[in-house]
Amino acid sequence: MGATWVYAEVTPDGAHPSALELLTKARGLGGEVAAVALGPGASSTAKELGEHGATMVYASDDQAFADRPGRTAAHTLHALAGQHSPSLILFPGTYEGRDVAGCLQALTGSTLMANATDVESSSRARTEILGGTKIVDVNLAGPEPRLVLVRPKSFPPEPSGGTAEVVAVDAVTPPGATATVVERHAEAASGPKLEEANVVIAGGRGLGGPEPFAMLDDLAAAIGGAAVGASRAAVDAGWVPYAYQVGQTGKTVKPDVYIAAGISGALQHVVGMKGAKRIVAINKDADAPILKIADLGVVGDLFQIVPALTEEVRRRASS
Amino acid sequence: MNVTVLAKFVPNPTGTPSLGPDNLLIRDAGDGALDPGDEYGLELALQLVEAGGGEVTVVSMGPAEALAGVQRGLAMGAHRGVLVTDASLRGADALVTARVLAAAVGRIDYDLVIAGVESTDGYTGTMPATLAELLGVAAVTAVRKLEPDGDDFRAERQTESGYDVLTAPKPALITVTAGATQPRYPSLKGIMAAKSKPVETVSAADLGVSDLTPTQTVAAVTDAPAKAGGEIVTGDDAVARIADLLADAKVI
Ligand SMILES: Cc1cc2nc3c(=O)[nH]c(=O)nc-3n(C[C@H](O)[C@H](O)[C@H](O)COP(=O)(O)OP(=O)(O)OC[C@H]3O[C@@H](n4cnc5c(N)ncnc54)[C@H](O)[C@@H]3O)c2cc1C
Ligand SMILES: Nc1ncnc2c1ncn2[C@@H]1O[C@H](COP(=O)(O)O)[C@@H](O)[C@H]1O
Repeated sequence: MGATWVYAEVTPDGAHPSALELLTKARGLGGEVAAVALGPGASSTAKELGEHGATMVYASDDQAFADRPGRTAAHTLHALAGQHSPSLILFPGTYEGRDVAGCLQALTGSTLMANATDVESSSRARTEILGGTKIVDVNLAGPEPRLVLVRPKSFPPEPSGGTAEVVAVDAVTPPGATATVVERHAEAASGPKLEEANVVIAGGRGLGGPEPFAMLDDLAAAIGGAAVGASRAAVDAGWVPYAYQVGQTGKTVKPDVYIAAGISGALQHVVGMKGAKRIVAINKDADAPILKIADLGVVGDLFQIVPALTEEVRRRASS
Repeated sequence: MNVTVLAKFVPNPTGTPSLGPDNLLIRDAGDGALDPGDEYGLELALQLVEAGGGEVTVVSMGPAEALAGVQRGLAMGAHRGVLVTDASLRGADALVTARVLAAAVGRIDYDLVIAGVESTDGYTGTMPATLAELLGVAAVTAVRKLEPDGDDFRAERQTESGYDVLTAPKPALITVTAGATQPRYPSLKGIMAAKSKPVETVSAADLGVSDLTPTQTVAAVTDAPAKAGGEIVTGDDAVARIADLLADAKVI
């Protein structure tokens, strides 16, 4: 097989964790492994990318990638792929990954598989459907490079101890109109990151409004190192920001313990949390689907159980 | 301002769809509906033309049954519909879909194309970005608010940590997030009026799209290992049991 490239999304904290997961996977496919990192801070991610298996990092710190997202990266990647002919490009299943891969597909006319959970080669990958109850192996055909978007946390990242050669690339200015970022608004985050916390406590529509999320915050504080998440129903209702969302359109989490309070367990929620080591569900409806995947299902009222649990955790901590 | 809204007809949007013997989703079981994820965009389109004039066109590619999805859009208030339906489109992947929709959308005069962030049944979430590039227009994905601003659109795009504001010149394509608007229910009057609104039905050949070979085919479908059922508790010791589990997991 020819080279596998990893599209390494660049964040203010360095390479997006998915880049390290994808590089770890790419190493096992045979063939050269390179990473492409585009945007401010890209070249400083090269060390980390090299340590996870990229022998080459195509990098550009150009602000254009951040200001005119999607197309600038896709057109640059298209030019690079034209020069070096990789067989396969792996992307993270993030909004940015989807935009870049989607646009690139229009330029290359190659296949683009989304939501992959495993990759065998440039001609075969795997996905899960129906809430992870069915595994689907998919044959990929058509011109190379084939493009695959991989769900976050599909592979544990493992360093290989290598170093990468950094190749500076120039941003390509795409022809025609590109949307431009004119303002950025970031909400200050507190506590551990949802994707990194060892305990996640998530609230759903059963909370009934924004205020009861304070109850989940109290429980998270009592446990320590816990993060609070939410279902899309709670996010769509405006009770908590999108950053809280767990599931297909939100974050994928794999904590030691996941506590779902007032969440029914829709397929699209479950795909984001079924990898948790232990799942606790609190639901007043004994037929809620979440209870079928819970290691410990509690049928009851979350407004009684959550505060009582916070008390109990505090009591055990102080005894 | 003329707005084209993409509307997908999806099988059983609120339940669990089933796979047929060919491992493709069964799309004609009679439980299909307009993708709820597309109603947010329809609502936004209706608000834009109500405020600024113009027409809303609903475009859908799908089985003959997908006409019901187009009609739902018309009943909500859209002015006309286009349904691309063709037996050879069964099993179409995202690239084929984007090519067909590019041809269908390209025949209509538009200032804005609106799609959902991802469909309920396919959820690739990439088709709109591909489509925008094929149409040669600027795209903003994951939009939660949009305002026309002279020759531009000003869009709030949801991000990991908050939101960005982007400007894009007309014509443009956006995808809207679930919850971006409160979709209206079709009124009885709307449902009656929909019956006399124009709907054009076309095939891929009518659109001049000939390369319909999907680049992705299902090789095998297997059941994921079933998770052993856990324990269900009720009543007084529930709290102690959760605390025991937390202790067991060494997180308290
Ligand atoms: C394309 C697509 C993508 C999606 N992506 C996501 C995603 O990323 N994440 C996501 O979460 N969803 C996603 N969804 C939405 C998903 O289908 C569900 O609609 C959503 O997860 C439901 O949220 P919920 O469980 O909070 O609400 P509901 O389904 O309404 O469940 C509320 C639950 O609370 C329980 N309850 C109520 N009161 C109490 C009480 N006092 N005590 C205990 N329990 C109580 C009820 O019994 C019920 O089970 C997506 C959907 C689509 C179509
Ligand atoms: N067959 C189709 N007909 C009309 N619109 C579609 C179709 N497929 C996808 N779309 C639009 O593209 C969005 C993203 O779809 P997907 O890429 O399948 O997740 C959907 O929310 C729809 O708005």
